[in-house]
Amino acid sequence: MGVARAVGRPAPQKPRKSLPDVDIRICLGTGGVAAGSREVLKAFEEGLDRTGVLAVIRPREDDCADHCAAVTGTGCRGLCAMDPLVEVTTRRNGVPHTVTYGQVTPAMVDEIISKHILGGEPIEDWLVLTQDHATEYVPFYSAQEKLALRHVGVIDPEDIDDYLEADGYQGLYKVLSSMTPAEVVEQILNSGLRGRGGAGFSTGQKWRFAANAPSPDGVKYFICNGDEGDPGAFMDCSVLEGDPHAVFEGMAIGAYAIGASYGYLYVRAEYPLALRRLKIAMKDAEARGLLGDNIMGSEFSFHVKIKEGAGAFVCGEETAMMQSIEGNRGMPRLRPPYPAESGLWKRPTNINNVETLSVVPWIILHGADAFASRGYEKSRGTKVFALAGKVNRTGLAEVPMGKTLREVIFEIGGGVKNNKAFKAVQMGGPSGGCLPESLLDLPVDYETINQTGAIVGSGGMIVIDEDNCIVDTARYFLRFTQQESCGKCVPCRIGTMRMLGILDKICEGRGTPKDLDFLQDICEQVRVGSLCGLGATAPNPVLTALKYFREEFDEHVIEHRCRAGVCEALIKYSIDPETCTGCRACVRVCPVAAISGEKKQAHVIDSELCIKCGACYEKCRFAAVRRS
Amino acid sequence: MGQTDGELEEQFVELLDHYRGERGALVPMLQGAQAIFGYLPKEVMERVAAAAGEPLSKALGVATFYSQFRLHPHAKHTVRCCHGTACHVSGATLVSREIEKHLGIHAGENTPDMLYTVEEVHCVGACGMAPVVMVDDRAHGKLTPEKAVEVVKAFQAEVAATEAQDAGLEGDE
Repeated sequence: MGVARAVGRPAPQKPRKSLPDVDIRICLGTGGVAAGSREVLKAFEEGLDRTGVLAVIRPREDDCADHCAAVTGTGCRGLCAMDPLVEVTTRRNGVPHTVTYGQVTPAMVDEIISKHILGGEPIEDWLVLTQDHATEYVPFYSAQEKLALRHVGVIDPEDIDDYLEADGYQGLYKVLSSMTPAEVVEQILNSGLRGRGGAGFSTGQKWRFAANAPSPDGVKYFICNGDEGDPGAFMDCSVLEGDPHAVFEGMAIGAYAIGASYGYLYVRAEYPLALRRLKIAMKDAEARGLLGDNIMGSEFSFHVKIKEGAGAFVCGEETAMMQSIEGNRGMPRLRPPYPAESGLWKRPTNINNVETLSVVPWIILHGADAFASRGYEKSRGTKVFALAGKVNRTGLAEVPMGKTLREVIFEIGGGVKNNKAFKAVQMGGPSGGCLPESLLDLPVDYETINQTGAIVGSGGMIVIDEDNCIVDTARYFLRFTQQESCGKCVPCRIGTMRMLGILDKICEGRGTPKDLDFLQDICEQVRVGSLCGLGATAPNPVLTALKYFREEFDEHVIEHRCRAGVCEALIKYSIDPETCTGCRACVRVCPVAAISGEKKQAHVIDSELCIKCGACYEKCRFAAVRRS
Repeated sequence: MGQTDGELEEQFVELLDHYRGERGALVPMLQGAQAIFGYLPKEVMERVAAAAGEPLSKALGVATFYSQFRLHPHAKHTVRCCHGTACHVSGATLVSREIEKHLGIHAGENTPDMLYTVEEVHCVGACGMAPVVMVDDRAHGKLTPEKAVEVVKAFQAEVAATEAQDAGLEGDE
């Protein structure tokens, strides 16, 4: 290709006109919005206006005549447990001072404005982070190194100048102005970057295959897989919403490396906010000549189309995704031929995941060694993990590979909610598995986790506690894969259905020890016989549950007991006569009048009438209602 | 208020023309058609298939493969109960059950007044706020069954108020 034309370095078109006295940044990711951040943002704008002291300005549009403030919506700031998060930076005599408030409601805004922004005294009780002293949330942030998430929660994702100011499109500039495609592939190969979508295949090798593959008419395709389907993983969502340009930049760098001039960004339909921001970003990037023909004045052209998914988990599988883009039912096909040889419309095609691509510009700018210096054994660099479920600090944490599960869950995540007992961590979604406490000191890297029967996958970590039933959790994932099975191959279509049937039977109290052997047997057949990854890994949640929590399965099929009290058919409610005060609170809430007893005498539940709704259990103030 | 049939037809023709001849456009055409009509009636499917140069069977095959497409009318507003993993372990089943009870329908059904549909969906990407319910495009998090019903009730009240206002305006004219 060579660099025949002069390549122009991109720069912001509208630099900031003024530095506001107060900078307020509010998370407008899906999680933040769910917590009410839009209302908080509005309350700040209106509240600041009312002060009459601070004019609310847009720093790129307006001059700051006297005193002014800027209110910016950003992407996800990571600590979703404390959403809406509001970062307030005040500048006095040019010295910035930054604090972050958590769980802000519109009602708190006026007080923050009067006491902190105008009065200069941050409201300590509401702070999550402050530069003045350590808080309980410091461990959540201090262990993190944000490479893939470097701009998420910092910049305004709807403002291309924000991205350009934060060295946006400089990686692409470096590539176009000073590197050959082979050098780009080499760089990514040396960084040790592996696919963050789940498979963990070397990104550099994938690019090399696609770069070397001949195309009959010279056309190659570069696809970004934004079909983040694992229930419980939301890192791609956060990158797409919070830093959409980084994904386009990563795609353009990859397309240059493999010689593709057309690309598709496939986003799942369930992410409307991500889709909206991607459309804005693409339009802006095209208008600035950062996507499209002769990017930055170079010979390189790259045209991207956004493809909206239509709700099918299996489309995350690369051959299925290509079918979907071609307008067909999204069914996987046998490999080989691999997409690198014959992919979309039978042309060499490369597919990478969102998180993988978002870190590519960083690697180009900072060098392969900087990325490879982090990590553990064959897993280099950092990975974003989505902490959710029964963990105190739910959110997104990007850490170097090789931290132990315990460090991630207990130090960063702050341990289990409400001081309940840890039961398991579910890793890798429907293709992964549940790992028990005894494995928590394992390092999180691809090879180690694979050996346990789970997978790192896309990085979802769902913590479950003593109140969750392991059989029910396994059934949950089976129901998911069964519903999402495309139906093309028999082992997956029939096998998952049969497995689900057995798990239903066990949860409904009709299971026998023989069912467990049968279950294990089908698992093996589905694993070996399925056509694609969805089917081949579908048994993982069941196999790991059986491997590490056999006791709980045995209790279900032998004693017909669910220790967590989740499987309703197995629950029995009773009242402890010693603890019961006879207050009659339970009698009043029971919808079927199954509880009887005189006032101030111990009450009794008639198990024939009881519908196991748990109302009495919730209501009793003396913990006299027992669930077993 | 709602658009006239003529307006919808105009939009639909525009959609078909926009994608005519484009490779792989069947899915976006169906998505666009559903956005216009709310669902995919047979006649619409036939015209999409013709414009895409595909047999009706192929269009139907695609429409029934993806969970987004609906072949039957759909209520005006959608309550989506997230059943992602984080939501599941945080009690999404109970949340769903209470919402269904409140609206008097099961997931996948419409209320008789065609105002509400309840759906169970996989992960909406707000796992940190589990359990989550989306009412139209607005996500609500950290719910209990009671709070979830309150969210729906508040939305219903809002809808009722807007409709009353619209009715009032029409009456004034």
